Amino acid sequence: MLVLMIPGALALLLFFYVPILGNVIAFQDYQPYYTIAEAPFVGFEKFAALVADDRFGLALRNTLIYAAFQLVLFFPLPIMLALIVDSMMSQRLRKAFQSIVYLPHFLSWVLVIALFQQMLGGAGLINQAMVQNGMDPIPFMTNSDTFALLIVAEVAWKDAGWGMIIFLAALASIDQSLYESAASDGAGRFRRTWHITLPGMRPVIVLLLILNLGSILTVGFEQFILQRDAVGADTAEVLDTYSYYTGVIGGDWSMGAAAGLAKGVVGTILILIANKIAHLLGEDGIYRGRPQ
Amino acid sequence: MTTRTHSPRTTPPIASELTPTSGGRRAPQGLHQRAWAFAFGESVRPAWMEKPSRPLAIAKTFVIVAITLSIIVPMLVVVSTSLASGEQIQEAGGYVLFPTDPTLEAYKTIFASPLVFRSLGVSIFVTLVGTLMALFVTICMAYALSRPVLGGKFMLMAIILTLFFSPGLIPMFLMIKQLGLLNSIWSLILPGVFAGFNFIVMRSFFMGIPPELMEAARIDGASDFRILRTIVLPLSKAVIAVIGLFYAVGFWNAFFNAMLYINDQTLWPIQMILRSYVIQGTSLTADQLGVQQSPPPQSIKMAVVVVALAPIVLVYPFLQKYFSKGVITGAIKG
Repeated sequence: MLVLMIPGALALLLFFYVPILGNVIAFQDYQPYYTIAEAPFVGFEKFAALVADDRFGLALRNTLIYAAFQLVLFFPLPIMLALIVDSMMSQRLRKAFQSIVYLPHFLSWVLVIALFQQMLGGAGLINQAMVQNGMDPIPFMTNSDTFALLIVAEVAWKDAGWGMIIFLAALASIDQSLYESAASDGAGRFRRTWHITLPGMRPVIVLLLILNLGSILTVGFEQFILQRDAVGADTAEVLDTYSYYTGVIGGDWSMGAAAGLAKGVVGTILILIANKIAHLLGEDGIYRGRPQ
Repeated sequence: MTTRTHSPRTTPPIASELTPTSGGRRAPQGLHQRAWAFAFGESVRPAWMEKPSRPLAIAKTFVIVAITLSIIVPMLVVVSTSLASGEQIQEAGGYVLFPTDPTLEAYKTIFASPLVFRSLGVSIFVTLVGTLMALFVTICMAYALSRPVLGGKFMLMAIILTLFFSPGLIPMFLMIKQLGLLNSIWSLILPGVFAGFNFIVMRSFFMGIPPELMEAARIDGASDFRILRTIVLPLSKAVIAVIGLFYAVGFWNAFFNAMLYINDQTLWPIQMILRSYVIQGTSLTADQLGVQQSPPPQSIKMAVVVVALAPIVLVYPFLQKYFSKGVITGAIKG
């Protein structure tokens, strides 16, 4: 039995736990010619430098803005989609629709952005049609003012369908006789949704909100790095890209690691806080389904 | 995918025929209802549920059609344009909905290009080898932890932590560098061979196998390996298939690792080519393409998109088949 655990344990060790220890360079002045043991210890100097760095402030602000947009505009979409699918009465249509909306989840970000570019880009299909009809083209992909909306649209296109699965599962576990008795008591479609469906989904909604709050500082690295050229470095700078450009490209490894570590620690604290709030509200929160 | 039981659906057919009101839209009357039933399968509206009002039904139909089109049309346009002739693309102004004169020129060109051809080789190698290794690692770990085992709880906690944290990009990069994997194809494979989520799905499936089967084999003297091979694996084909497909899709789509760890263009996977050629608009030079005369870049671009897209769309029906078995939702709910 123990032998079976060796390959997995090795992978965890090499690509998770040892790198986690590697975060120690955030407290050092690490340079590639040092080994980690040799690098001089500088305490919280790098974190102080982060706070003083305008670029970091920009990345943090952008991250929070994009996360807020996603939370407000994207989060309800899978729930609404699940309600729509749940109300589809023809089983064959329902299956077909599900097959279609799950598909984009399996496409890579590179592909998703390539497809968006072909549709919405300066020379894309929609602008092509607009120019041919005598209208001015709209720069959907390169306008930094509407970039947050573009980000949400891309996330929605890719993942709203997939995000729906968990809500569909929650819907399926609601006792159907509740609906029947509510209907016979004269509750209409919207009252049934409001008083039965949404309360029935509440634990799942709360759980996902917590997970989302915890990952509020992670808004999707690939999506931003891929669109950096189109929309400008200032607009597309988020914490993860800051880490990458400061560390890997800029050569200030310790600073990049400090940014990543700060992000991880704050994210953990956020999860714990959100979970506490969920408990206070009488929900199970994240610890539901504890491993046996 | 959901197996909910509306009460009318569990009613035996004879009873519903006797009481025609119980079936809602059942027992279609006119021709168009019959056509509807034929095309979209039987409707299962429970008896107590009112039909939606007309504006609501129209709004719903509109939303459903709009979502469907927003997903299908971009892919269709890309495929059509990749097949269209140069003249037609030029006439249409860049994109073509229906190629009048379909040609495979663009595909011939990119397959003749050493850069694209090699990147496909890299992607296929990474996907195949990566998936096999990942399945091996995940199955072993999931089987071990599905049984009571010394240190099992500790190991499980260690895995669950990986779902909520990440070591961070810089330490990960330094680790890969330390292992000497920079600019090696293995840097695209090894960090991805164990995914906590896939492990949990697989373990919860293994835990559903009746322990009596394994106990009986153990009493007969079978070793753990033997039990895994002769009892657990044959019972777990569905979950292995779906997890394998998950890993395969992940490896095929991986772009970030390649961007971080691979500088050498000859080791780029297809996603990197897609990025530099389609998103960044770097043109493939005649040298990279290996030919002088080429169709307009637009159709070649689209062909590159299709080549990255096609494998996913082709395996998707198989993935889809297993969703219906509830493998994934069962694990998420548990």
